[in-house]
Amino acid sequence: MANKISDETIEYVGILAKLELSGQEKEDAKADMEKMLDYIDTLNELDTDGIEPMSHVFPVQNVFREDIVRNGDGREDTLANAPLTKDHCLKVPRTIG
Amino acid sequence: MAKQYETVIGLEVHVELATKTKIFCSCSTEFGSAPNTHTCPVCTGMPGSLPVLNKQVVEYAAAIGLATNCQITQVCKFDRKNYFYPDNPQNYQISQLYLPIARNGYVEIEVGDMKKNVRIHEMHMEEDAGKLVHDEWDDTSLIDYNRSGVPLVEIVSEPDMRSADEVIAYLEKLRTIIQYLGASDCKLQEGSMRVDVNLSVREAGTEKFGTRTETKNLNSFKAITRAIEHERERQIELLEEGKTVTQDTRRWDDNKETSYAMRSKEDAQDYRYFPEPDLVPIVISDEWIAEIKARQPEFRSGKIERYKKEFDIPQYDAEIITNSRHMADIFEKASSICGKPKKVSNWLMVETMRLLKEHGMEPEEITFSPENLAKLVMLSESGTINSSVAKEVFEKIFENNVDPDKYVEENGLKTVNDEGELQKVLEKVIAENPQAVVDYKGGKEKALGALVGQTMKAMKGKANPGMVNQKLREMLK
Repeated sequence: MANKISDETIEYVGILAKLELSGQEKEDAKADMEKMLDYIDTLNELDTDGIEPMSHVFPVQNVFREDIVRNGDGREDTLANAPLTKDHCLKVPRTIG
Repeated sequence: MAKQYETVIGLEVHVELATKTKIFCSCSTEFGSAPNTHTCPVCTGMPGSLPVLNKQVVEYAAAIGLATNCQITQVCKFDRKNYFYPDNPQNYQISQLYLPIARNGYVEIEVGDMKKNVRIHEMHMEEDAGKLVHDEWDDTSLIDYNRSGVPLVEIVSEPDMRSADEVIAYLEKLRTIIQYLGASDCKLQEGSMRVDVNLSVREAGTEKFGTRTETKNLNSFKAITRAIEHERERQIELLEEGKTVTQDTRRWDDNKETSYAMRSKEDAQDYRYFPEPDLVPIVISDEWIAEIKARQPEFRSGKIERYKKEFDIPQYDAEIITNSRHMADIFEKASSICGKPKKVSNWLMVETMRLLKEHGMEPEEITFSPENLAKLVMLSESGTINSSVAKEVFEKIFENNVDPDKYVEENGLKTVNDEGELQKVLEKVIAENPQAVVDYKGGKEKALGALVGQTMKAMKGKANPGMVNQKLREMLK
């Protein structure tokens, strides 16, 4: 069975994700996260003793680029996606500092 | 009696690698360009973009690992470190947690007469974040992603240092090694080397470490020293008052000479690290390691010993010259051209150091060529120019890398060896300064100096002062 997600946990995950959740949203998120943990728990039914962890499916290694500048000025495209800009920079709510 | 405390320090050092392009895309890494001009879908975290690793990053990282006596992780890979902050457009940083490129190394440091090893826990490759500038006018933050994706290595030491002096010795050693490799210019002021100080205190004689804090935003060796002393005092004060030290991340304010808590430290699990699915594993073969080793330059300690033996240069001088690889290169090249290593060393030790200080420059910023320094040494040695002219010419070489042969020729600075002309000038000087002549003949040695000076002036500095002195003595016998 899934570990019960405590109020403290959901509060802390909210802080890490920089989200301010309402009371109802917290309850909904708790229920969703518990479902996810239950789902993941089914993996524990498999015996994985002695099996090497795998990070990639394909047997490919050492894919490199040479150190040569090929990209030009990408500013216009980069800023095209920004809701707000100023002085050729993206403008966001003030961060600490 | 008051309790004695021991300071325990470990460092995390970030070094920006001197590659031409970013770690996962072909954008330029050039410093100081207009905001966001070096950006593309990869380094701005656009969905669907694919990072491809810059081979040179692996080469530099492995070279630094080998030079600091680390074991190279021959099968290594990247991981995602998840966190939310506007300087990080992907919402994760591609870094290495489980299999960093190098581990278990050490560098030897020397403080006073004491030598010790500072162990390196691990070293990993990762990408830099963008730069945030706070706009006071709007009370907003402005983001420039030019730095996003610039390659970094982070070198994590063991908590082996016990004082600010040891910390500085370790950093200088690390910096010299990395500069010799050409892997970074390691400038603290420009942020190409960044140091985070992990510090705790414990009662002298105890084994258990105290709670540590991490101090960031240290932009010079002086700031590092001051921050260490401040943090040591702050923690001791807390303990003396019966309070506890909180494990937090602190930001140093060098103007106010104090630090303040930024945030309580997030645990590794908060970053939800997992293997980076877009990048395949890196396999570093024995052959590849051998190639990187074969390309390693002669390091500073090797050069110091060789200069002493081969060129009979004193330890102190050899240390100064080799403190910068650039200066050591100039020394070796100029010496091999003119065959006078001691003279070359002299120009570097005295005039070069003086001019660097005057201009507030680092040895790395020297722009004159070894060829021109060698030519100057030869001009001076052959007596073509005298020593005060040589100094004047050297300043021109230092400032504009002028060709001394040409410069001396064009400005008519050659020492006049025409005895007839000198004779005429000497006769004139004697005739015009009867009092000095009488004084000298009456036993006043000083008066001769005045006559030499007058002669040098009339010859516009181009005579050989020794010869003038000798001639005058003969003529006034």
